[in-house]
Amino acid sequence: MSAGTLYDKVWDLHRVAELPGGSSQLFIGLHLIHEVTSPQAFAGLKDLGLSVRHPERTVATVDHIVPTTSQARPFADPLAEEMLATLEANCAAHGITLHGLGSGRQGIVHVIAPELGLTQPGMTVACGDSHTSTHGAFGAIAFGIGTSQVRDVLASQSLAMGKLRVRRIWVDGQLQPGVYAKDLVLHVIRTLGVKGGVGYAYEFAGPAIEALSMEERMTLCNMAIEGGARCGYVNPDRTTFDYLQGRPFAPSGEAWDRAVAWWSSLASGADAVFDDEVRFDAAAIAPTVTWGITPGQGIGVDETVPTLEQTEPDERPLAEEAYRYMDLQPGAPIAGTPVDVCFIGSCTNGRLSDLQAAAAVAKGRQVAPGIKAFVVPGSEQVAAAAEAEGLDQVFVAAGFEWREPGCSMCLAMNPDRLEGRQISASSSNRNFKGRQGSASGRTLLMSPAMVAAAAITGRVSDVRELLQA
Amino acid sequence: MTSPAPFPSGPITAVCGTTVVVRGDDIDTDRIIPARFLKCVTFDALGPAAFADDRAELAQAVAGPHPFDRPEHQGATILLVNRNFGCGSSREHAPQALMRWGIRAVVGESFAEIFHGNCLALGIPCLVAGHEQMLAIQEAAAAAPAEPFELDVAAARLQGADRVWELELAGGPRQMLVSGQWDATGQLVANDAGLRSTASRLPYLSGFAAA
Repeated sequence: MSAGTLYDKVWDLHRVAELPGGSSQLFIGLHLIHEVTSPQAFAGLKDLGLSVRHPERTVATVDHIVPTTSQARPFADPLAEEMLATLEANCAAHGITLHGLGSGRQGIVHVIAPELGLTQPGMTVACGDSHTSTHGAFGAIAFGIGTSQVRDVLASQSLAMGKLRVRRIWVDGQLQPGVYAKDLVLHVIRTLGVKGGVGYAYEFAGPAIEALSMEERMTLCNMAIEGGARCGYVNPDRTTFDYLQGRPFAPSGEAWDRAVAWWSSLASGADAVFDDEVRFDAAAIAPTVTWGITPGQGIGVDETVPTLEQTEPDERPLAEEAYRYMDLQPGAPIAGTPVDVCFIGSCTNGRLSDLQAAAAVAKGRQVAPGIKAFVVPGSEQVAAAAEAEGLDQVFVAAGFEWREPGCSMCLAMNPDRLEGRQISASSSNRNFKGRQGSASGRTLLMSPAMVAAAAITGRVSDVRELLQA
Repeated sequence: MTSPAPFPSGPITAVCGTTVVVRGDDIDTDRIIPARFLKCVTFDALGPAAFADDRAELAQAVAGPHPFDRPEHQGATILLVNRNFGCGSSREHAPQALMRWGIRAVVGESFAEIFHGNCLALGIPCLVAGHEQMLAIQEAAAAAPAEPFELDVAAARLQGADRVWELELAGGPRQMLVSGQWDATGQLVANDAGLRSTASRLPYLSGFAAA
């Protein structure tokens, strides 16, 4: 049983009580809501005659359903308009801050909470969205919840939860040029599987993790859930504190020093005990691409689609389903696979450094004929920062579309979607069947720089070759 | 097919009814309920949309139709699945769609955590069987689609087709279901003193004000 880890310390601090059913009541420090998973929670609250216990600890934005072309109201889609109007009414009725369109602070919920300084080390963070694991990058314990639990947090600022085991994922070495946090996490999931993390929190640690920027750590923790781990985290350090200092909701003045002392005290100690540990060497990781229908079906860009013989027996039915659905041949190289659509954005890879990495590849080049390529900044702040350094112009000159912030084609609850059997190179997080809005659409997950390389060449390409050219 | 049966309430000690087998590992919540159906402000209309794209894909296929579209499975209440069922998105719309289609219990080899928690919050037990055992359950159930099975939640036991299988259900969820305390809202709200005391030891709630 784990002891002395950040997870244990934060759990103990936030544990309110043991519940009769055997689970724990856990206090939630920060509750993030959006338009998709909250309306029924507010309705449930009303049915029970309850109010919001800590409206100041709940923060809202709108991201899933917003169009990324014109964001003028009312939206062309009446259902999308109804969802946003419902969120606005609920926030107004309960005194909850909503960072709405045009506020300068709107964006994907997992992009804006960190950039506003809302997400801080040592907090418990819950949101009705599985990619809430993103916030673990700050040394928070952050996890996705369902709508009934959103209702519970609104009503009580707490949840009924069971404690997870803790697996340390220790990464030695250093990522090579052209290899990014996205490749690292796809490699981890490829190795441990999409079910490997069920029942665990993942602590990411080691020299390669300490060297990551906060935005890279967010990419890593974002996809912990794709490996089955409901939360993933990195211990807070100087990189964390430097990122937070000066942000709107971060402490300042003398409170800052007290905050840093408290945050530092929560990191896993040298004597921390983990339930499990797995080691990786960052230097051995290549740009990684998925070929199948789960995020665990990934390979290095220089590898071939695994054959059945190369696949564990119990994974073979899924591999056969993936061959059929993706129309890729076992044993064939993944490099050179033609793509139709290239999408850069999402809560995984829609931050400034992601756009910078993609722009470095796109600069002075042209999107291949017939390819639809578009860039969706993760937030209004990301868009403004990117435009201030001219990244939008780099993309537009290269033939990419430059869009308004939102979740876009990661999950197709807005007008951005694949059509028919189109195949996308995507910087998002899920390659499930039908995920990007067409029931037969296909998704290849990769880093934003790799998506840019695919857009330029029209096919899956090793970005390292373009970076050297 | 919206179920006429009432939604779960009170103690959940047993689920009886016919079965429906949906085979395959890693069936994610996008497949259980595609994202376009999440454009709603109530869960009311989700029942008919359960597995919408999988059903459409299989409607014309040799292997089709999808189990949810087969006449013999209309009215089924026990869903039999394989590994990592419900992975991916946290959308409660997934168990809501299954519940509104008629499902009242799920038995599988393993479940994604958020899905499992969402089911528990709706009073839908998710019980676990070993791999070989699950294949045997699915085979027996598929061969006897008209036969009612009985799931004893307290004993974690499935009975049907003249067979009995011992399943797993963790102590916490089992107690919550059997005692009727699976809907935790009331307990959480009632513990005002505990919530206050916990809040008082979290320095960020006061903006790290001087002690």
